[in-house]
Amino acid sequence: MTGISRRRFTQGVGAVAGIGVMGGFSRAVHGQGRPKVVVIGGGAGGATAARYLAKDSEGALDVTLIEPSKSYYTCFFSNLYIGGFRTLESIGHTYGKLASDYGVNVVHDWATGIDRDAKQVALAGGGRVPYDRLVVAPGIDLIYDSVPGYSLEASGHMPHAWKAGTQTALLKNKIMAMPEGGTYVMIAPPNPYRCPPGPYERVSMVAHQLKKTNPTAKIVILDPKETFSKQALFTEGWQKHYPGMVEWLPQSILGEIQSVDAASGEIVTDLDSFKADVANVIPAQKAGMIAESAGLTDDSGFCPIVPATLKSTMDEAIHVIGDACIAGDMPKSGFSANSQAKAAAMSIRADLLDARAFPPRFSNTCWSLIDTDDGVKVGARYEATEEKIAKTDGFISQTGEDAELRKATYEESIGWYEGIVADMFG
Amino acid sequence: MRGSSGRRRGIWRTLGPVFAVAWLASGGGAEARDALLEQGRKVFRQCQACHQVGLEAKHRVGPYLNDIYGRRAGTLEGYNYSKAMVAAGQAGLVWDEAGLSAYLEDPKKAVPGTRMNYRGLRHADDRRALVAFIRQYSPGAANIPEAPPTAPLVAPDEDPVVPDHVLAIPGDAAYGEYLSSECVTCHQADGADKGIPSITGWPAERFVTVMHAYKVKARDNEVMQLIATSLADDEIAALGAYFETVR
Repeated sequence: MTGISRRRFTQGVGAVAGIGVMGGFSRAVHGQGRPKVVVIGGGAGGATAARYLAKDSEGALDVTLIEPSKSYYTCFFSNLYIGGFRTLESIGHTYGKLASDYGVNVVHDWATGIDRDAKQVALAGGGRVPYDRLVVAPGIDLIYDSVPGYSLEASGHMPHAWKAGTQTALLKNKIMAMPEGGTYVMIAPPNPYRCPPGPYERVSMVAHQLKKTNPTAKIVILDPKETFSKQALFTEGWQKHYPGMVEWLPQSILGEIQSVDAASGEIVTDLDSFKADVANVIPAQKAGMIAESAGLTDDSGFCPIVPATLKSTMDEAIHVIGDACIAGDMPKSGFSANSQAKAAAMSIRADLLDARAFPPRFSNTCWSLIDTDDGVKVGARYEATEEKIAKTDGFISQTGEDAELRKATYEESIGWYEGIVADMFG
Repeated sequence: MRGSSGRRRGIWRTLGPVFAVAWLASGGGAEARDALLEQGRKVFRQCQACHQVGLEAKHRVGPYLNDIYGRRAGTLEGYNYSKAMVAAGQAGLVWDEAGLSAYLEDPKKAVPGTRMNYRGLRHADDRRALVAFIRQYSPGAANIPEAPPTAPLVAPDEDPVVPDHVLAIPGDAAYGEYLSSECVTCHQADGADKGIPSITGWPAERFVTVMHAYKVKARDNEVMQLIATSLADDEIAALGAYFETVR
């Protein structure tokens, strides 16, 4: 096997130490070892889950994280890269500490299937990884054809940039190379999708960049929704900082999007045709493919879960966290995924190790940057009821706030970034 | 945070160093800290040609150094920073312990393009002393190296008085450790202060007092108000008991 980093805590390892992930090795070989927890996906949910499982069990669990990317770029703060407030490198992270400091077995490979009967995860490289408990945290997959004419291939010309990394860099390069006075067109996604304020923070960051480099350029948002997150705050900010630059067209005006053409940049809607010099197409979304292929999704395309434990309602040995799950009132955000990961990890430790279990706590805060030192936020607390994870209390920034408060809000977001990535990656 | 933090900073500018020194003198290891500050004061002589600090400080060749600790680089009003310094701040450089120390050690290496012509401060002890000296003139000044953590910016008597029976609740530190997992999504678990204050190592009573101040909305950060109001008194006590042990 290649691309596998497998390090262990010496504590409690016993006879199984040193056995790698090998093609076709059977569960019986490991049957006498520590309980095995496998995590699929190394984002805000998966990395946090792996770290807390390993950290809090102090070596009593054998934790494996399966994540194809060796460098993970956070979706949160990727818009700030587009706006010129961060470098791409500054939002990139690796998994070295999870392996070296916490004893997580980090496997850089694609999880291609879940054999729920045998309790094994199949890897693209040919191996199979057995589990006693599985945490599925694959994030979202894009439904490319939800926008007629859009496809994986078309995303090379019309980036979605809704998974951070090369797509984000591609979008920024296109924005920087836009002709003078050109038009950036965003097709915003329908609900539910990753990061509700994300498209509108992105528009703010594109406007910030264009105001400096291409001030006669225009931004058009073609939105299949009638309202969006932090709407009053964003529209106030756009009028204040980028007057005349941003046009938002909701579905009631726009009608349907008939087609996009990656070669020409033409976007045809019921209302009109738009010629985009840069098109940013963010299609509809569903749970990551692995969740769907394992039969963990319902008709919505996402995964129903038991609110208090994040256990799949389809399989008691599987927990689904982050963007892939149906988390009731919680938005799909990195903060939410981090919060859910801790509840899931606690539930798993309680089941496998008889660890002390406490009532789960769920919270979320989303910060968005509108212009330099002009940050806004929305946040809420949630509790697990029988039916769903339900919102109990919340707040949102107000329009008309003074500059000092907005600046403090932005600086708080920088602190949060440092906090959450340390919480994810150690 | 808005109005009150401005007011608090104003108070701090007036009384900060006095409070800090008074506090330092009251704690254990005061002599060592005094020595550190004295060493820092001497090292600061190298800086005085360009920088001022203290009640009457103004921007000169370099920016004044009041309120520098914990700030993003290149953000003090009224000073014309180099583009390199502004960019470094936007990229996340914060003048915390690590940021200041790296910059003082080799400014041109830490911020390529900085206008500060200074060869750098080679010895780590000198850098530590200088940071401690400058830090007296920033909010949270008492939280200098070697000092017991006292991160709250405000004087204790600005927070509402917490009833004795609440302060007397014994904290379940194990429960607090679990609850703390929610705190460390934002606050650094290792105590680093990178834009959100450190909360590790506070005396439990202080922690409980501050959380209750958020709970009754005497402090006005919405995130903290939300968290504090979601916690019962025994849960706040548990958090206080846990964080007191984290150094």
